[in-house]
Amino acid sequence: MTDTASTFADWSLYETPLSKGVASLSFMVDGIHCPACVARIEAVLDGAPGVVAARVNLTNRRLRLDFEKEVADPQMLVERVEAQGYRLVPFAPDALENEDTAHEKMLLRALAVAGFAAANVMLLSVAVWAGAAQDMGSATRDLLHWLSALIALPAIAYAGRPFFHSAWGALRHAGVNMEVPISLAVLLAAGMSLFQTIERNPHTYFDSAITLLFFLLIGRYLDRRARGRARSAVSHLMVMQATAVTVLDDQGKSRTIAPQQVSAGMTVLVAVGERVPVDGVISQGVSDLDTALITGESLPQPSNVGDKVFAGTVNLTGPLRLEVTAVGEETLLAEIVRLVEAAEQGRARYVVLADKVARLYAPAVHGLAALTFVGWLVFSQIGWEIALLNAIAVLIITCPCALGLAVPVVQVIASGRLMRDGILLKSATALERFARVDMVVFDKTGTLTLGRPELVDGGDYSPSDLACAAAMAVSSRHPLSRAIIAAAPSVVALEGVREVPGAGLEAPDGTRLGNRHFVGVAEADGEDSSFNPELWLVRSGADPVCFTFHDSLREDGEEILKKLKSMELPVSLLSGDRPPVAAALAGRLGIEDWQAGCSPADKVARLSQLEEEGRHVLMVGDGLNDAPALTAAFVSLSPSSAADISQNAADAVFQGARLAPVTETLAIARKADRLVKQNFGLAFAYNIVTIPLAMAGLVTPLIAAAAMSASSLVVIGNALRLGKRRRA
Amino acid sequence: MDALLFLIPIALFMGLCGLVAFLWALKSGQYDDLEGEASRILFDEDDIPGVRQEDQPADSQDNIP
Repeated sequence: MTDTASTFADWSLYETPLSKGVASLSFMVDGIHCPACVARIEAVLDGAPGVVAARVNLTNRRLRLDFEKEVADPQMLVERVEAQGYRLVPFAPDALENEDTAHEKMLLRALAVAGFAAANVMLLSVAVWAGAAQDMGSATRDLLHWLSALIALPAIAYAGRPFFHSAWGALRHAGVNMEVPISLAVLLAAGMSLFQTIERNPHTYFDSAITLLFFLLIGRYLDRRARGRARSAVSHLMVMQATAVTVLDDQGKSRTIAPQQVSAGMTVLVAVGERVPVDGVISQGVSDLDTALITGESLPQPSNVGDKVFAGTVNLTGPLRLEVTAVGEETLLAEIVRLVEAAEQGRARYVVLADKVARLYAPAVHGLAALTFVGWLVFSQIGWEIALLNAIAVLIITCPCALGLAVPVVQVIASGRLMRDGILLKSATALERFARVDMVVFDKTGTLTLGRPELVDGGDYSPSDLACAAAMAVSSRHPLSRAIIAAAPSVVALEGVREVPGAGLEAPDGTRLGNRHFVGVAEADGEDSSFNPELWLVRSGADPVCFTFHDSLREDGEEILKKLKSMELPVSLLSGDRPPVAAALAGRLGIEDWQAGCSPADKVARLSQLEEEGRHVLMVGDGLNDAPALTAAFVSLSPSSAADISQNAADAVFQGARLAPVTETLAIARKADRLVKQNFGLAFAYNIVTIPLAMAGLVTPLIAAAAMSASSLVVIGNALRLGKRRRA
Repeated sequence: MDALLFLIPIALFMGLCGLVAFLWALKSGQYDDLEGEASRILFDEDDIPGVRQEDQPADSQDNIP
């Protein structure tokens, strides 16, 4: 039944012809989690008739399928994969081959070229330095200089482009950024070295110029990759929405059309297991809807005729007919995506520490270099070449090698350390923002709690009641049924159990398991303030038995909240859930500031209010409803069980059932922040020593190279201290 | 010093080969999926769970024409 979800009448729309008779289709795949999924999908396709190649990309969850047009039937191939429980949506690759990936690849190519050139030029330079100590002939030295020029100049022209572009852009708008001194130093050093080579002078700076580029490109590439991945996942979500929709026409005939063709007022059929494609009102049918994607609510929502349903929810138990109220861009899902995008733009304004330093640094460096040049020209009799050489030495020696490394090295090591603890940092600036957090806001379901119901122990039921309930529950996929099964010691499936959508289960002998209404238990008077989900079991000749469930707290929740308090971070709770549930949890954890019944927009509003109060808020959340808040917060964290888009919106994702990663991340971020500042301190200390030397004209290329390497090593060595674990 | 005349070109040539190999690998898409490729070596052709084994639900098997 679910296979019809992606029945596209015309596959050729998405086909790209490759060679004679072979075409290629690209799909977004929903449901891929691990390499085993990759193996499984490829295995079902590889043996199929007409398939030339099938390859799944785990990083961006796409499948590329090359097949012979004469032999293969794409529809059949897609059904094969969907029978394994994955959902495929075709897309035209061109639309998504955005410039981001192109830019990332360009950086990687530049990095490769710079690395190659740096290694070889350095090799030649070492020969020159060694030769200088051992009476190398000047002809040999010139030859080595020419060779260096031959390697370095094209490499600089190629690998320096990312910096030159950006610097030129800044200059054209009369601004200065970090790239300006970098570009200037590299270009001047290369130009001057070429001049020196032609003049057959003993000193050139090719090695400094190209090594500088190499180091800086490493930082740039790491930074870029983290962001590119987040973006590709967002586009994944957008495409996944676009499945085929089954509509009913006036004569009651069903046909499948593309989602773009659906308009308000149409009647749409949603089969069991399908994702609701539009916002609408139920016109026929009863079912339970999994709304976790939208509200973060863990329990399915019983839905009846006249109820509103939203795109993105999953129909669990009964087929539904919907009257469409909103499609595409007007759906709630699209609105959430828009909120995320809006918040993302706001965040881009954050200025990283390195950039702040650069803003002060660039004018200072340029000023000193100019001063050196003018000073030598005016106050001494040496020629302009030497004066310029000294100025370049100032640029190179001050040049942000240590600056360029100070932050990325610490970040790479901190990310590595966090990754070992199951925390994945996604944003390049996240670490810095984590370090400045002064308040923590939690979502409830799925964040503080595990987000799945568990049977409350020691309720008013006997083991035989539980066994009976479990025997029936086997037939259902409802989360409460699963919780019952999980609690029962052993389960024997009962035959012939019927599931009544939105109500419960009924066995052939009349035994019923379900909600109050379904089993016929009267609403208890007054005493029922119980807001926990419950199931009732009614057997003939026995009193009704009630099973209550609660969403259990993460194992170390209380401990972590105490720890946060000891770190003097105020904690607050923003939940989309009903007030009593939120209040109970807040009371148990000692959270004084809580708010329940929040819509995604409410959460964003609360966070911006906190921001206006000058708070740096860490948002921890998991549902799609949290995604805008995660993006709007100063920095955000999300468990790996979270909805995809929330994981993308969050700056970091943690694995496991414990909350410890929250404090762990904060602790490491603070430590990393200290190290970055120490590194800046070291870099400045080094500058204070070397700048006067350079200005005095005492820095030869050998000294420059040694000083640069030494300062880089000191910075890296300092950063490495972060990798050490204190805990046993 | 004559040794330089062929040692340097050899060194440069080998380095260039490495560079070209990398650029080729990049261009042919071998760096597109760093997560997935790492685990490909672990795939066992004959034993993909759920594809040819019995743990696949019987009804979904029937869907394959």
